[in-house]
Amino acid sequence: MKKIFYILTLFLFKFNIAYSLIEVDITRGNLDPLPIAVSPLHVDPQSNNYQDVKTKELGELISSIVEKNFRSTGLFNPLNKDAFVQKPDIAHLKPRFEDWRLITAQALVTGKLLIKDEKLKIEFRLWDVAANKEMIALAFTTTPSNWRRVAHIISDKIYERLTGETGYFDTRIIYVSETGPRTQRIKKLAIMDQDGENTKYLTLGNELVLTPRFNPTNQLVTYLSYFRNLPRVYLLDIETGIQEVVGNFPGMTFAPRFSPDGKKIIMSFAEDGNSDIYTMDLESRLVERITEDSSIDTSPSYSPDGKYITFNSDRSGLQQIYIMKSDGSGVKRISFGDGLYGTPVWSPRGDLIAFTKVRGGKFYIGVMRSDGSGERLLTENFYQEAPSWSPNGRLLVFYRETKSGKKGEGFTARLWSIDITGYNERELKTETDASDPSWSSLLSK
Amino acid sequence: MKFNKNIKNLLIILVSTLALSACAAGKKSGVSTGDVYTGSDTIQYLASGVKDRVFFATNKSALTTASRDTLRKQASWMRKNKKLNVVLEGHGDERGTREYNLALAEKRANAARDYLLTYGISGKRISVISYGKEKPVNSASTPLAWSQNRRSVTVKTK
Repeated sequence: MKKIFYILTLFLFKFNIAYSLIEVDITRGNLDPLPIAVSPLHVDPQSNNYQDVKTKELGELISSIVEKNFRSTGLFNPLNKDAFVQKPDIAHLKPRFEDWRLITAQALVTGKLLIKDEKLKIEFRLWDVAANKEMIALAFTTTPSNWRRVAHIISDKIYERLTGETGYFDTRIIYVSETGPRTQRIKKLAIMDQDGENTKYLTLGNELVLTPRFNPTNQLVTYLSYFRNLPRVYLLDIETGIQEVVGNFPGMTFAPRFSPDGKKIIMSFAEDGNSDIYTMDLESRLVERITEDSSIDTSPSYSPDGKYITFNSDRSGLQQIYIMKSDGSGVKRISFGDGLYGTPVWSPRGDLIAFTKVRGGKFYIGVMRSDGSGERLLTENFYQEAPSWSPNGRLLVFYRETKSGKKGEGFTARLWSIDITGYNERELKTETDASDPSWSSLLSK
Repeated sequence: MKFNKNIKNLLIILVSTLALSACAAGKKSGVSTGDVYTGSDTIQYLASGVKDRVFFATNKSALTTASRDTLRKQASWMRKNKKLNVVLEGHGDERGTREYNLALAEKRANAARDYLLTYGISGKRISVISYGKEKPVNSASTPLAWSQNRRSVTVKTK
């Protein structure tokens, strides 16, 4: 599935490093999103058709993806195209800034594309309308069928230039698709672009599957499968579809994740009523036991440098969050608030640990620093859990179950995302009910 | 006389308290003690008088007196039917995180297994599987439904 994707990134013009007046502060909830005009990309009339790509509409399609991405951040306010005065090709050459200022745009995106010789050539520019300056000019060449990804990469480049943070639009989310009644749920692994497009199902639904997670290069997925009614951690190569059991454990293995270098899988192994944490090296197949305690130890997650592990244990009586060194030494409890804490997952930036908290019959998604200080609850609901970080560490995706009636009528399970500021909570579009999301890293680095 | 009267009063209080708590927790379909299900709605029978399942308190895997009684009956049924093997299916309710529930449900099924072992059933005849909260028997979101879902079910295998 992972198409080899060559991007020819050319700096068309000398990169303009002059300080811009536009700056988007993403550390707070943004109540005043930046007005941005995304002009449709000009389609070169010499363009050929290519397979089922709608060449004539491609300029509009790409700009609307970019717009949708920006709107989803809550940081930008893409302006209505009806008010645009300049034609796309002319705006791309030299915008008449006063026209764009008139419609309150502070930033402007322009571009053009050409499909020729089975290649898609795209260039785009970002303009600072207030300062009358070009901020970025980039060009890509790729196969035309990759046009969606190009739209996401353009979004990432603009987001990076305006916020100073790495983008997260050229990414995928793997999750568990759910259909059927609650007592007989059919679950399949599914993968989609971060904006809900391009959904593909990776398993058929013959057996229960849970908790898929990407490896750092997004080619492999580790998950729990009940294949032949034996719950075990599996490894799936997304490109080839080949699946294999991880290790040769005599009982249930579950709660898998990759180490940050992708070389190991860390997971729980349950034996005779006791769950402990183990790792398996994918190359040498060497299995190491990390915790040895009579309590339940599960949901392990490495720090991004691989030196520490955060995990969930009830050794103090009820579910709490702990950290330890990656060899299992130096175990330290870090959650001390009211209620139960589960599903700790370390931020890709290393500073925060996201978690699920259960208190007073409500479920919360929250973050705390890795020493347990600074706990902040971002969202409260009847049932929600399993946060997964966006690759830039600014958002969490999780799933939430809702019901309209007490007897379980109107049951839905959906993916949601929220900014770590606690703002910009939104439901992600999925074809079916969905749970256990895992966010990929950036596909093009 | 006086003493007897006191006892009588105490009994009346006790009975009415029990009736009240039964009403609050169980309504028509069963009753709970603490939050362990003690009704019979979802129960099936492995043989006459041999219940197929035991129930647990929230976040707990300890067997109650009633559970131990059920398991002793299962053990004696298994001793009489020497060719039968069983799988113990552990379950949790929806009010917990998925991964923790998988571990907890495994612990519950193993608590039942350990009890069968102490009553002389060979470990070779018993296997264990945890379904976490993936297979609720009652999909409602009520304390009663959750108590019915926190269970270990003994299932015959061929």
